[in-house]
Amino acid sequence: MAQATFKIWRGDRTGGHFTDYTTEITDGMVVLDAIHHIQAQQANDLAVRWNCKAGKCGSCSAEINGMPKLMCMTRLNTLPLDQPITVQPMKTFPLLKDLVTDVSWNFEVKKKIKKFKPRKPDASDGTWRMQQSDVDRVQEFRKCIECFLCQDVCHVLRDHHMHAEFIGPRFLVYAAALEMHPLDTEDRLEDLRKTDGIGLCNITKCCTKVCPESITITDNAIIPLKERVVDRFFDPLGRLFRVFRPK
Amino acid sequence: MPEYQTFEHDVLIIGAGGAGLRAAIEASAAGVKVGVITKSLLGKAHTVMAEGGIAAAMGNVDDRDNWRVHFADTMRGGQYLNNPRMAELHAKEAPDRVRELEAWGAVFDRTADGRILQRNFGGHKYPRLAHVGDRTGLEMIRTLQDHGIHQGIDVHMECTVVTLLKSGGRMAGAFCYERERGRYKLFRAKAIVLATGGIGRAFKITSNSWEYTGDGHSLAYHAGATLMDMEFVQFHPTGMIWPPSVRGLLVTEGVRGEGGILVNNQGKRFMFDDIPANYKSQTADNPEEGWRYTQGDKSARRPPELLTRDHVARCIMREVREGRGSPHGGVFLDIAWIKEKLPNAAEIIKKKLPSMYHQFKQLGDIDITKEPMEIGPTTHYMMGGVRVDGDTQMSDVPGLFAAGECAAGLHGANRLGGNSLSDLVVFGQRAGEYAAKFAKKHSPADIDMSQVDATARQALEPFERTGESPYQVQHDLQDMMQDKVGIVRLENEMEQALDGILKLRERAKHVAVPGNREYNPGWHTALDLPNLLTVSEAITRAALLRKESRGAHFRDDYPAKDETYGTFNLIVREGKDGEMTVTREPLPPLSDELKKVIEEMK
Repeated sequence: MAQATFKIWRGDRTGGHFTDYTTEITDGMVVLDAIHHIQAQQANDLAVRWNCKAGKCGSCSAEINGMPKLMCMTRLNTLPLDQPITVQPMKTFPLLKDLVTDVSWNFEVKKKIKKFKPRKPDASDGTWRMQQSDVDRVQEFRKCIECFLCQDVCHVLRDHHMHAEFIGPRFLVYAAALEMHPLDTEDRLEDLRKTDGIGLCNITKCCTKVCPESITITDNAIIPLKERVVDRFFDPLGRLFRVFRPK
Repeated sequence: MPEYQTFEHDVLIIGAGGAGLRAAIEASAAGVKVGVITKSLLGKAHTVMAEGGIAAAMGNVDDRDNWRVHFADTMRGGQYLNNPRMAELHAKEAPDRVRELEAWGAVFDRTADGRILQRNFGGHKYPRLAHVGDRTGLEMIRTLQDHGIHQGIDVHMECTVVTLLKSGGRMAGAFCYERERGRYKLFRAKAIVLATGGIGRAFKITSNSWEYTGDGHSLAYHAGATLMDMEFVQFHPTGMIWPPSVRGLLVTEGVRGEGGILVNNQGKRFMFDDIPANYKSQTADNPEEGWRYTQGDKSARRPPELLTRDHVARCIMREVREGRGSPHGGVFLDIAWIKEKLPNAAEIIKKKLPSMYHQFKQLGDIDITKEPMEIGPTTHYMMGGVRVDGDTQMSDVPGLFAAGECAAGLHGANRLGGNSLSDLVVFGQRAGEYAAKFAKKHSPADIDMSQVDATARQALEPFERTGESPYQVQHDLQDMMQDKVGIVRLENEMEQALDGILKLRERAKHVAVPGNREYNPGWHTALDLPNLLTVSEAITRAALLRKESRGAHFRDDYPAKDETYGTFNLIVREGKDGEMTVTREPLPPLSDELKKVIEEMK
């Protein structure tokens, strides 16, 4: 039976190192299968997050041969198995242990974004009417499985550590889903400009490239939000127009 | 005496899937202090895996639908072992729970006139499942999560309950460990809601994740609550079977709802061969009529592929056993064939079933718009669970509530697809409401610290031993349950399984784990084992006593339904000396009004 070697990061907050594990591989295996084999047979205490093993929950994010990916959706036959496969934790977040990082910052960021506030119901029975074509755009954003791979790859967070100033692509997508929701009446543009740091994104599209749900993060979410912010705050004619526009 | 980090809540909710989150939102809206414990991160619970939709008789697509039809469908699907009060409340309240999700930001697919779209599903007479493509569960959990985080609920992520604590016969709290550092946490609470989901990890081939080890079932059982209907484990007819690493992964019933057909290795559409008598009048008898049904023709009856899951799973097993299976031991599920009917079939498939397209393309190198899928049954859902009051969701233990998959009653002997998501929000809401009421009426109960200290010591024993790996014991249990208490059951095999469970229980007492307490999955697996063994024993003992075939429970030695078995539920309780007892208890009464509804819908 064929074998492959995995260089897996073992360590905790205080430091760590790669350890080599060789395991048997079979047809159709994904990286997470290999990690599970290693965990069951060679390293019972190897820490790894996973749940659905079907690319739907976004728990098993890691960097495989340097690329941010879901371990459950990365087939071994897409990797060069003649050399060791490196598997390491996401770099943007503090390490807890082995492949598990502390992603709690993301949950805190989300809480600060103003919640959904629907307009009054359209019908007397308390329901709304929306056309499919009006919700297609928002449904794309709502595909997000919160794997945080986009946060991991974003250089503003990864290299410049601006976690306090910038909410990252995941939460720009989240804000876009709310702002473009046909029923929503809340206004988040001021926050996007001031506290969420949308201006820090310089649209390198790395987030779009790694998104396992193929959400066109930059083009469909971030750029339209940037345009709205620019229209509101940096367009002198628009500002003048608003001054004289009857309320 | 060691010190434990201690938290106090009025209502403590164990589990953060659809039921737990909905309960938390309701309890917190009632003005009590709410804590949620989740075994994983927030938003990762198994609810995200639900694909097809949420059943609610809103009548948006077919205005003949109403709660009566939904109620009757649910009872028929459950072979009348359901708690009728729960089936009634569920059918009546599901539409409001769905509309409420929309008010909280959920974006369902739309009808042409802008309302929530509904699709066909197995066992439902009319198109009833509100959905978002094939990722409805994700939409639901994200909506509840995003709404809930603004409600002032304390969420304790990656935290697992080791034992429930009782005082003077009622709930007092829960003792837990958190994964990150492996430290213990002590929760004091006046009321506890179990929303822990299922038991799928007791079997080898399953669509369930590592979390589903029957924790809620086992915690409730040891706390003196009653379990019911434990013999009924749903094997979903369509799980992926190839390649081996994805075996068990779910393929949504939505594929069949959109026109997908089941075919054996001779190219025969075998589901027409065996249509149960009680479904004959509502099932198409030719492919043309079945196709028209999936395309919304109201005069057509549904195709036999959309019969209930228990029946479809058994027909697939029959084809395989009789040598008409696919190369890897399943049958073929074909949606690509609709290109004979529709010019832009590939586009429609990708639009209606995007996750399925993606899943097969990426994991199986199969393009489902061009070729059939190979599928077979996979362990999917537990109908059995904690017996609760239909209105309040309280168990037999005062202050202990249960909702969602870990509770029993709604689904009887077999759950209809789509009735799980609605179960979560209907009974999550009720459990939250009544748990908050209970908490307001009671003061905190005392906690027996000697019990806590003893549990704390015992839970650390795997570190002090040398012995076999907990993973080995878990794998052996899963193999055995799959072989001997799986989809086709026999007396002597189940007797062997009981014997095997006793031996595995001994082995579980001696497992050892390396490393330390920090984020150590080996240790977590060791602590999950007793729960898995408890539910496995309950399933096996109940299955042995039900000497008939009904719903999801199929006995090769008693292949027919026996009406005397249709008058009671099997009840599992912990005996005085810790032994497991299984007894018969008559079904809850069916009111004349509901009886009439069932008769009218036959």
